[in-house]
Amino acid sequence: MKKEEIPQDKSTLENITKEMYYVKGDDGKYDTGLSKGWSVKAEALESAWDDIDNEVEEARRAVQNGKKSPVYFFMKKELMDDSILASYVGMMKFRVKWHFKPGVFKRLKHATLLKYAKVFNISVEELKSFEG
Amino acid sequence: MHTDYKHEQSAHCENGVITNFIRSYGHDFMTEPLAFGLGSGLFYIHLPFIKVNGIPAFAFRTMPGLIFKRTCRSLKINVESKRFRKPETAQNYLDKLLEQGKLVGCQVGVYNLSYFPKEYRFHFNAHNLIVYGKEDDHYLVSDPVMETVTKLSVEDMNTVRFAKGVYAPRGHVYWVDTIGDISEHDIKKGIIKGIKRNVRDMLHVPGPITGISGIKYTAKKVKGWRDKLGPRRAGQYLGQIVRMQEEIGTGGGGFRFIYAAFLEQAAAYFDSKELLSISDEFTRAGDMWRESAMLMAGALRGRASEQSDYNKMHDLLNGISEVEKGAFTRLSKLKLK
Repeated sequence: MKKEEIPQDKSTLENITKEMYYVKGDDGKYDTGLSKGWSVKAEALESAWDDIDNEVEEARRAVQNGKKSPVYFFMKKELMDDSILASYVGMMKFRVKWHFKPGVFKRLKHATLLKYAKVFNISVEELKSFEG
Repeated sequence: MHTDYKHEQSAHCENGVITNFIRSYGHDFMTEPLAFGLGSGLFYIHLPFIKVNGIPAFAFRTMPGLIFKRTCRSLKINVESKRFRKPETAQNYLDKLLEQGKLVGCQVGVYNLSYFPKEYRFHFNAHNLIVYGKEDDHYLVSDPVMETVTKLSVEDMNTVRFAKGVYAPRGHVYWVDTIGDISEHDIKKGIIKGIKRNVRDMLHVPGPITGISGIKYTAKKVKGWRDKLGPRRAGQYLGQIVRMQEEIGTGGGGFRFIYAAFLEQAAAYFDSKELLSISDEFTRAGDMWRESAMLMAGALRGRASEQSDYNKMHDLLNGISEVEKGAFTRLSKLKLK
């Protein structure tokens, strides 16, 4: 890639930082140059976020329909999977999965709820009262 | 505090930390491409079974931490490092190192990294930055991928140092006590070793999923994705490749341009025309990777998502594999002194 070919497309990095590229200068030698963004990457990133948004929406509906507990929804919202969540709350993975069941969730102790609430950055009340 | 600390932006965080470390000890010869090449950073792997959100994983560089380890070892730089159980102990330790006037490398997770744009904050835990001081309740941070230095509150720093999940940093800090003389002979020896090791990693690792065979493997798979997974899911797989290849830190073209720049610098050390000409081959490979990313984005967004478009990607990826095979074979035959 040549220096004048560095893409300068709109991206979410704008106003935060620019990305560094290694490119060929006019003299045929390597140089560095900064890029505001590249539409190709922006599309890949955007579509990854579309997928995440869909999953979060599905999780919200699952809570609404009584299929999953709020723990499941907030896990999705925080882009976690069961093993990441398990390591944040310091519980075994199977236990976290068990808490995805609405019936089990309703009987959870305050201390357990507090662990989840802290990781999700919400109050225990918000966690308990979430209905989708 | 290092009032004279000079932040230099780099494409990739790990290279950047090494480069800034070594330069700040007065060794101006150090550059990002050199760090990348000494650490044999170029790689390819397609992991069909290790799935990130149900999508296979791809990598265009060696495992996190490895470039750092290899580069420092080949220049005989002694790096101390420590991990912790508790955030309080980790914070005290960092503060103590800073009081001693040291630059401290920190491994962090990006999910809670407040100065990063939200769209880039996934649960990725192998990001690296340098802490060069502390002012009141804030750490002074030199993040290699940022244009300028930045700050993190003590609380935020503790959070990102204790991110959880894959590659959990556990407060990982590392620092260098002193760096002795590094002669041109040492650098040249390091370059030869770095190239040899990279030839091995790209040409001779057994199995079908790594190096140039890995690129061929991906080519074959890509061709079948549209039928097997349907256009939507196939698009998600392609998006994953594009992001791993081009997102912050690769310097463009899946690190191929950084590697080409390394060979150009190596050519100057050895006064070798052959190295310069092989460097051009990696520039070509990088350009082809970018062309492939454009095709993939087209399929991903439905502009060009026919089977014929997937066939084009297949052919292009096979072509890349051939170019890189040729280039590494030439490197393996090179006699450098």
